[in-house]
Amino acid sequence: MRDFVKLFEEIDGTTKTNQKIQAIVDYLQVAREEDKVFAIAVLTGNKPSRPAKTTDLRLWASELANIPLWLFEESYYIVGDLAESLSLILPKTSAEADYSLEQIITEVVRLKKVTVEEQKEVITGYWNHLSGTSLFVFNKLMTGNFRVGVSSKIVVKALAKYLDKDEAVIEHRLIGKWDPFTETMASLFESNLAEDKHFLPYPFYLAYALEGDPNDLGDLSEWVVEPKLDGIRGQLIVRQNDLFVWSRGEDLMTEKFPEFAKLNQILPDGTVIDGEVIPWKDGHALDFNVMQTRIGRKNLSAKILQEAPLVMVCYDLLEWNGEDIRTKPLYERRALLKAILETYPLDNILILSEHKQFANWEEAKAFRENARVHFAEGLMLKRADSPYEVGRKRGNWYKWKTEPMSIDGVLIYAQSGSGRRANLFTDYTFAVWDQEQLVPFTKAYSGLTDKELITIDNWIKRNTIDKFGPVRSVKPELVFELAFEGINLSTRHKSGVALRFPRILRWRKDKLAKDANTKEDLLDLIKQKP
Amino acid sequence: MTVLKRQKRTESQYMKLLTVNQKGLYCKQADVYLDPWKPVDTALISHGHSDHMRWGMKNYICQEQTVPILNLRIGAENNVRAVAYNDPFEINGVKISFHPAGHIIGSSQIRLEYEGEVWVFTGDYKIVSDGVSQPYELVKCDHFITESTFGLPIYNFPDPHEIYEDINTFWRKNVALGYNTVLLGYSLGKAQNILAHLDQSIGDIYLHGAVANTNEALATIGYDFPGVRITPENDRSKIKGAVIVAPPSASDTPWLRKMTPYKIAMCSGWMQLRGARRRRGVDKGFPLSDHCDWQQLNQAVQDTGAKHVYVTHGYENNFSKWVSEEYGIKSSIFKTLYNDEEEEVSE
Repeated sequence: MRDFVKLFEEIDGTTKTNQKIQAIVDYLQVAREEDKVFAIAVLTGNKPSRPAKTTDLRLWASELANIPLWLFEESYYIVGDLAESLSLILPKTSAEADYSLEQIITEVVRLKKVTVEEQKEVITGYWNHLSGTSLFVFNKLMTGNFRVGVSSKIVVKALAKYLDKDEAVIEHRLIGKWDPFTETMASLFESNLAEDKHFLPYPFYLAYALEGDPNDLGDLSEWVVEPKLDGIRGQLIVRQNDLFVWSRGEDLMTEKFPEFAKLNQILPDGTVIDGEVIPWKDGHALDFNVMQTRIGRKNLSAKILQEAPLVMVCYDLLEWNGEDIRTKPLYERRALLKAILETYPLDNILILSEHKQFANWEEAKAFRENARVHFAEGLMLKRADSPYEVGRKRGNWYKWKTEPMSIDGVLIYAQSGSGRRANLFTDYTFAVWDQEQLVPFTKAYSGLTDKELITIDNWIKRNTIDKFGPVRSVKPELVFELAFEGINLSTRHKSGVALRFPRILRWRKDKLAKDANTKEDLLDLIKQKP
Repeated sequence: MTVLKRQKRTESQYMKLLTVNQKGLYCKQADVYLDPWKPVDTALISHGHSDHMRWGMKNYICQEQTVPILNLRIGAENNVRAVAYNDPFEINGVKISFHPAGHIIGSSQIRLEYEGEVWVFTGDYKIVSDGVSQPYELVKCDHFITESTFGLPIYNFPDPHEIYEDINTFWRKNVALGYNTVLLGYSLGKAQNILAHLDQSIGDIYLHGAVANTNEALATIGYDFPGVRITPENDRSKIKGAVIVAPPSASDTPWLRKMTPYKIAMCSGWMQLRGARRRRGVDKGFPLSDHCDWQQLNQAVQDTGAKHVYVTHGYENNFSKWVSEEYGIKSSIFKTLYNDEEEEVSE
């Protein structure tokens, strides 16, 4: 595992993409062949789940360190990361050993099925022979939350370089949840995809947000402009008489969408469509809130299917008659898609995404500003002659979301974060005025700079009114502008509303607590919805 | 019953030689304060860090090597009484002496003895020698007032010699890659600790003004640390493959950006934690500390033979509970206003 630990240290020690890529290439060049697939799996977030109870891990480590459990818990609270806490308190080993990554991961999986006594013996055995970063990496794998500072894009780039293949090819082959115990480097990267892996989707093409003015994009007629929908991006595959629906998160979600179940009887083999899975009624999309009543449910009752009927709004055609047509221009793919949707008896389960016809960019701007009224969250801009690319690429596709809603809230509770934010109060609860009273309406974690976080952390420590466990209530003094994508009635917060994607837009140092928004303002936002 | 109660109160009120009040740690018998945080008549100063040596005291008593620091930072000259290590003096029957604390140059544990009972206040200290400050001296006592900056079992620092080697390796590697090396450390203490162990054969050493000022003050009592002060007159283009020692407050400033390209490392015990390291946004963290780690704190508590331990700034609740549970020593908390200079953002 030393080579893998060295790789982890190098990735951890740099923020430069090229150095990370090089570190992975260097690793692949020296690692044991059997370890490589495990390393790739772990680096791309495909890792085994935690085999032992964390309470047991804490207990065993405290025993070995000769400290009472309460002292371990206090230490853990400061460190904010269990694997790191374990590593820091365990006594230094005098008999360091090396294990292969394959062995460690095999052990993690095996330990799930053995008795607690055996778990203890095996895990403490490893603890006695590991130190430093090796021990940390081991504990990270053992606690099931190993994360490395690389995106899958970086891993793909490194593999492409190492195997001397196209990035798009590598990305395609790494898609979905593959099993490092059954795959080899050869089966992963050299096998015949069409025959051996007909269930695999194509890598999704993702758009960057438009930052400048759309007029800079040139003539509107060169662009396909579609309403941006707030559902689940998905890829629908019919091959070898099987149907697969993949989410953008590369989860296979076929079972979740019974509406699509009969499509393999209707569409011919070798059809792959990219679109948005979204609840739809009376000719328009329903709120994302409706979708959420379905996702995560094991059993879909007739009632739920009726209240939240799903369709796929189709954006693109990636494969037709078994032929990969991603390099053809968008207008050709779209024309073919349109013809297919009109030809086959799809019963409005598959709907063509609307190509909005605007006279000029100004009209498009106006639509975007009021997108919510049109059941959309903005516009998608796609160059008419663009190929279907792999991953997030700039230039041909842009998302152009409507401005988020925003509201000024008062900071009333704070809690410390974890990981990089451990021991810093960075998780906040905000409130709005309900008459003379402040009522909490959302939590938010992101949006501030590290400097602001440190300043606010200091302020919180000096302005704590009360402590409940890890939570501190603070003087209602600081005001923040919070942005969010959606708002709905909810019983979860005292204010009676729930926000979608709340984040901190800016610290309003110019405002006093009394200047913050009210509960009425929030309810007004809900009323304005179509 | 009434008599018994009164006796008890008498004990707690008059037997304690040192107590904490709003101004600081107070010795009523001698009418002196130890590292007070509000202006008082007589202040015994353990060392020159700003949370222990504050402005506004009528009289300062400190170890002689702390005097130049006091002059630099507070400017007081007439009202300072310098004492040597292990050279006791008496105030109203209280025998007072200063003993090396190993924290920084001049840092002292302050020992007070009255009617056969001995109290020791550590100020800040470390047992491991840094090769610069006078090494920690074990002082036996009945009452031991200890800091607890790193008073949790997660803080076990590596051997400092390993860290010095790592720092030089880091520097060497950066030179090879064409980078300058910025080492962040508190200007008094950590900076000298670093400077004394840099391998000068690797390249040039430059200093931030705050570090240079401290070095100049220490030069007046015979210390000689390497490094050239960076001034606006310096030709910045000539600073190549060099080490620049600067206080933590210099990170992310226009001053530092002029040293580009550089790799930056923070030298502090807090760097033991990954989260702290990443939050700092530095390329590297060296857990080089001028405080006791968990092992050293435990060693000190046991070796002093104290029958009562008072825990100040740091993880005082946890460490105090641990001491009483683990060693059966009476332990309490002294709530002080000392903080940890290593985490201070500005000086």
